[in-house]
Amino acid sequence: MTALDQLILMPVLLPLLCGAVLAPLTQGWHRLKFALAYASVLGMLATALVLVAMTDGGYWQDGIGVYLAANWAAPFGIALVADRLAALMLLLTALLALAALHFAMQRWGRIGVHFHTLFQFLLMGINGAFLTHDLFNLFVFFEVMLASSYGLLLHGYNAERLRAGMQYIAVNLAASLLFLLGTALIYAATGTLNMADLAARIATLPAFDLGLVQIGAGVLALAFLIKSAMWPLGFWLPTTYAAASPPVAAMLVLMTKVGTYAILRLWLLWFPAGWGHDALLWGGAATILFGAAGMLSTDSAGRMAGYGATVSSGTLLAVIGYGQPSLVTAGLYYLVGSTLAIAAFLLLVELIDRIRTPGAAILAVTMEAYAVEDKPDEPLGQGVPAALAFLALSFAGCALMIAGLPPLSGFVAKFGMFHALLNPAGGNIPGAAWALMALVLGSGLVAAMAMLRFGVRTFWATKAAPPRLHRSEVAPVLFLLALSGVMTIEAGPIFGYLGRASDGIHRPADYIGRVLGHPAVPSASSVAEGP
Amino acid sequence: MEAVIAIAIGIVFAAGIWLVLRPRSFQVLAGLMLMSYAVNLFIFAMGRLWVDKAPLTPAGTPPDPAALADPLPQALVLTAIVIGFATTALYLVVMIGARGLTGTDHVDGREPEP
Repeated sequence: MTALDQLILMPVLLPLLCGAVLAPLTQGWHRLKFALAYASVLGMLATALVLVAMTDGGYWQDGIGVYLAANWAAPFGIALVADRLAALMLLLTALLALAALHFAMQRWGRIGVHFHTLFQFLLMGINGAFLTHDLFNLFVFFEVMLASSYGLLLHGYNAERLRAGMQYIAVNLAASLLFLLGTALIYAATGTLNMADLAARIATLPAFDLGLVQIGAGVLALAFLIKSAMWPLGFWLPTTYAAASPPVAAMLVLMTKVGTYAILRLWLLWFPAGWGHDALLWGGAATILFGAAGMLSTDSAGRMAGYGATVSSGTLLAVIGYGQPSLVTAGLYYLVGSTLAIAAFLLLVELIDRIRTPGAAILAVTMEAYAVEDKPDEPLGQGVPAALAFLALSFAGCALMIAGLPPLSGFVAKFGMFHALLNPAGGNIPGAAWALMALVLGSGLVAAMAMLRFGVRTFWATKAAPPRLHRSEVAPVLFLLALSGVMTIEAGPIFGYLGRASDGIHRPADYIGRVLGHPAVPSASSVAEGP
Repeated sequence: MEAVIAIAIGIVFAAGIWLVLRPRSFQVLAGLMLMSYAVNLFIFAMGRLWVDKAPLTPAGTPPDPAALADPLPQALVLTAIVIGFATTALYLVVMIGARGLTGTDHVDGREPEP
């Protein structure tokens, strides 16, 4: 094990330490707190970039890097695994966190005492969930992520956030209990919690124990699907997104993808024969329908973004359930693109709302509740010129991406999916492929209609005075949109990388061999006693 | 023995589900706590039920798997209890906050129209 192998631990360690340092600092040090949090996120970004280069550059055999926590050989200890998919998700997390944190610089990061601490712990939980290769450890990282998200959702305390928060917390507490039930049942049937070891044992289980594992995996899937808001488990999502403060809502978009990621990884690893894929395919299809209907039925931008995230989750679940490696490649591209688009839209929503309700009445309750003395600067003075043009153009960019129209990345993602669906390995195109294409096209049309209606009402039908925008609020939106532009221009190399990532997760034997065969570092005494 | 434990866990869990579906936030909280007790018992029972077997090896003796209870579920349940306790306490705080801001203990934050 070299020093570079230790990098696998960095995305967990860095936010943990940073959050711990930030916790005792009072709000008087808010500039220092912001600088530390920013440095931590930049560090995560650098680590993620290096990990992408290492997994894809042949540094590790099969592109799978294994880190044995406390040097216990798998399956006895907890293993962390970095592969192309995990590295990609870490990169996405770091990019989104950078945008959300930058957005929070002027206002949101300063109205509550522990915003930055909770934000760092949230990142720790998300990064850990992407890296861990142990089922119970995955539960712990999920809880770290959820506990911080409870606090962050309530950030900027008002009655609406409390109401949404109560439901969000109750739903997620119940989901955590399901997670525990599934994990316990799987342990009882197989006697292990290491994911690779489980994959090896499930392949050779007798029928009765396999049935128990499938029940356990089904209960576990319920917990993941509540997170990724599959119909009928996703009713909590639109209310929660609409109530959360913008930087938090942007991070919540990523959290729905954590559930999808867990399903993708575990199901390909444990059930390569495709058990449960039909449920995912049709559940995903129902989710697309539900999300599209929701987008049409609402005229609040926050709820519209929530339903957009539901459609995106449904599409991904259907793609996973369809069970074709080349489709998963396009699905991963769609995952990254739609996450960036919806996050940018959620950041934009608050700025657009300023056209309708100038002023910052929302902050009054919080200022009182936390007795914050240092009043955050109102976005005055350093305003951005042509604010209305910026808002309208950014809105159009988000709408193009969410609806999947050319020229931005949403179109490339849908084109990739259709290309994969129309060119199956066997030559025959099944009916499910046509149904899925119709749903994806239909949801794109509905999204375009809903966004167009909202845009016309907001920008054309009102005599809007240009709102005051701060540079720190404009930059993250532009950053996310620019990333989408880069994804469109560099679609070729990105698809190459995603193809290798998808190829890797479709070969479970590699994981079993690499994780279980990874040698522990010999202890100093045994080295000394050696020949 | 197994049947008694299974039925007991089932009854506690069912009572929890019924309470979670009630309209008052304190009932929901009590339901979540009952459910988490049932789940903790379930995890514990998943290491199989043993009588008179320690989960630890005495020092100096070679370990004999047949004489030992499975220690892993006991470790898991400890973690689950601590995490469940913390998140339930958090929910309690949010509940009190909601009661103060909305003036009602209904889960929707307002009384249903009669």
